[in-house]
Amino acid sequence: MDVVLHLPVIGLVLQFLGYLLSVMATNGQLIITLSTPIALGALCGFMNERSGVVNIGIEGMMLFAAFVGWYVAALVNGGAPTTNPGPLGLTFPLLVGVVAAIAAGVAVSALHAWLSITVRANQIISGTIINIEALAITGYLNLLISQNPIPSAGNFQSFHVPAQAASVPVLGWVMTTFLGHGPITLTMLVLVIVLQVLLYRSRWGLRSRAVGEHPRAAETLGIDVIRLRYRNVLLGGVLAGLAGAWFTLEYIGTFQGGMTNGRGFIALAALIFGRWTPIGAFGAALVFGIADTLGQAVQFNPPTGDLGALLSGVPEQVFSALPYLVTIIVLAGVVGRSIPPAADGQPYEREAKAT
Amino acid sequence: MVVTQAATRPAALEMRGVTKRFPGVVANDHIDLDVRRGEIHALLGENGAGKTTLMNILYGLVTPDEGEILLGGKPVTIASPSDAISQGISMVHQHFMLVPVLTVAENILLGEEPMANPVFMDRKGAHTRIRELGRFFGSEIDPDLRVGSLSVGWQQRVEILKALYRNADILVLDEPTAVLTPQETKEIFTVLRRLTAEGTSIIFISHKLYEVLEIADRITVIRRGKVVGSRIPSETDEDDLAELMVGREVQLTADRGESHPGEPMLTVSGIQVKDDRGHEVVHGVDFEVRAGEVFGIAGVAGNGQDELVEALAGLRKPSGGTVQLSGRAITGATPRRMHNLGEGFVPADRHRFGLVLAFPLTDNSVLTSYYRPPFSRGLVRDDDAIRRHAEKVIADFDVRTPSPTVPASTLSGGNQQKVVVAREFDRDLKLLVLDQPTRGLDVGSIEFIHRQVIAKRDAGAAVLLISAELDEVLELSDRIGVMFRGRIVAVMDGRSATREEVGLLMATGGREGPPPIIAEGAA
Repeated sequence: MDVVLHLPVIGLVLQFLGYLLSVMATNGQLIITLSTPIALGALCGFMNERSGVVNIGIEGMMLFAAFVGWYVAALVNGGAPTTNPGPLGLTFPLLVGVVAAIAAGVAVSALHAWLSITVRANQIISGTIINIEALAITGYLNLLISQNPIPSAGNFQSFHVPAQAASVPVLGWVMTTFLGHGPITLTMLVLVIVLQVLLYRSRWGLRSRAVGEHPRAAETLGIDVIRLRYRNVLLGGVLAGLAGAWFTLEYIGTFQGGMTNGRGFIALAALIFGRWTPIGAFGAALVFGIADTLGQAVQFNPPTGDLGALLSGVPEQVFSALPYLVTIIVLAGVVGRSIPPAADGQPYEREAKAT
Repeated sequence: MVVTQAATRPAALEMRGVTKRFPGVVANDHIDLDVRRGEIHALLGENGAGKTTLMNILYGLVTPDEGEILLGGKPVTIASPSDAISQGISMVHQHFMLVPVLTVAENILLGEEPMANPVFMDRKGAHTRIRELGRFFGSEIDPDLRVGSLSVGWQQRVEILKALYRNADILVLDEPTAVLTPQETKEIFTVLRRLTAEGTSIIFISHKLYEVLEIADRITVIRRGKVVGSRIPSETDEDDLAELMVGREVQLTADRGESHPGEPMLTVSGIQVKDDRGHEVVHGVDFEVRAGEVFGIAGVAGNGQDELVEALAGLRKPSGGTVQLSGRAITGATPRRMHNLGEGFVPADRHRFGLVLAFPLTDNSVLTSYYRPPFSRGLVRDDDAIRRHAEKVIADFDVRTPSPTVPASTLSGGNQQKVVVAREFDRDLKLLVLDQPTRGLDVGSIEFIHRQVIAKRDAGAAVLLISAELDEVLELSDRIGVMFRGRIVAVMDGRSATREEVGLLMATGGREGPPPIIAEGAA
């Protein structure tokens, strides 16, 4: 009885896995593209939490940076004579936009740093404020601007792997998957590796790990805990700014209210899933990128046969919700086994009390 | 001879008129201290006397209100630990200042990293240096071990290696032996002597009189923030130092008298307990505690004592074995049931478990009995009855407080602990479980609590005492069990056991060979 019931199910599962693999193989480039904001957001969280500051405001930082980057780029574009874009679609307005997005990310991070480190406010509240304010302020300003719309500055273009190179077996696939991207995604790939190496090999990495685990011990060895935390949170703002710029200057080329759509929260999940390491967070971001890609593939290129019939009965909203469902499943399975830095979220007070 | 040599040496450090006020207390009141080159200078005083504050000032962790510090005769300003380190001062803190998830090497290098180039650290060179220092220490250590996996004794060695790595001229050790066995203490003392022979000056903070007499060249005694005297070990003894430290004559050891053990009250058979991570850390322990006796459990911290106590207090479910209280099975029972069957429990951490710090003493005094008459009638509390009860225990147990309605957080540690003790002792008990009952207290409070414990024993209660302070176990226990790696490896008579004998069992569990480097359960 059991066997009879299970056989078709096993068949379907195998079909699904086959479909999943084919989606991954044919959409490698898209997976990495969609992982980019999550990976950059997770790297922002990494910079914060490794040195002991919890940041749930990544979503708001990204959204704010996305808006500022887009708007500044559009303003510069309107005032500057048009020039031919350089490689990767680089233009002066877009570059200024990226710089503005980074500045916006750093500015919001500075607020978070001040509230979390100096004022020693509750860090969850600080992050929540940032999320709510970013959604409201960008939505409002966008509304104002849309009454008198200005043309946007366009977006970056992906690196085009030459056809000759792309046709080489395996290597060609690897090259298009990892190199066929715009400048922000390429920067993300480099940052993942650089930060991973620095975390374990550099003085900065050692000190950050110590400050996130046992700040008092670090201070007794002459390390300025407050300064290190400020520096790392502000650097995290650079990464959130880049993530924001990805939305409006690389992926879409325009701004929509609430367009980060929870990617900042998924980034937090990726950080936990990736055990607070850059490589791990990137790997986790890829999982979410795959879920995202799968959701799109099912709608535009559905599988055939029994599986196709089955999936066509599922409402498309379920596939759009896939990355969020994966977030819940991953966190439920991982939380408790993934240990955060010991001092994560604890404000540091300098002067020792009387004993 | 050593003493006279040290006395003629030049001063490495002078602290003059150092004063530090905290709200409500003067922690340091015009303290003068001079330490000569190559000398071991002991700073003796009770908990809360101001020793640690003084050293935190020297190390730049606390800013003094008045006074000056001179190094080699020149006034210096020490505003932060990095100032202290650059002036050649190193400190081993009372609580470990180690990052458990980092390796031995990373902990030692932190803040003083040797660089191979502007970005990357020179790990190879550092490892060589650490191995060399280890050899000087008499015990080489693998720099790649995670510090969190080391035994407590080895963690203390890493703390001292940190200071050696920084080539300290002045080394401050704040209660370095508190967590060590007597054998480990001897090894550390040998290293300290080797360091002073090379010209290092050492400030050794302790409240253990016999240790101070053994290791120090000179002793300065601090009481309530003031220097009350200086002594040379050859011209003083324990009684003299104790009187100086406390300000009155003290009875150093509780007169425990004869015990008259009766029926077994607590019977523990084959109990197994897991820690928070799900590793079994108590592996089938058997013992019994009889009415009218104190059974002490000695052991280096982290050998399963915490989990055992929690299982016996109902805070943690045992994964195997049985517990009986005067014949009734109480394995895995709730704390309230255990309380109602006549078990009193004084937890090790009075801030986390013993008291609700924000609550007034009145409420704290009825935390275990607020729900029944006379303190509650139906759903309504009787505040008058609670207050009368609180006033009674405050008087009976000599709790110093302006009023029974102040929050527990406003009392000193000693008085807080008296509130816990009062609540648990103030009724007929079959069993009393005491986990580190006098940690961090002043001598007066310790004396008082020890007398109460003996009184409870003589009234027929079975007393189980768990303490990492070997001296306390030796002083109070009629029988002593030694816990090592989740097992009781020996039970001996409390009166004939010696410190060395128990200490050796604590360190090795009675096995041949040197004590283990890696703590149990560490991955």
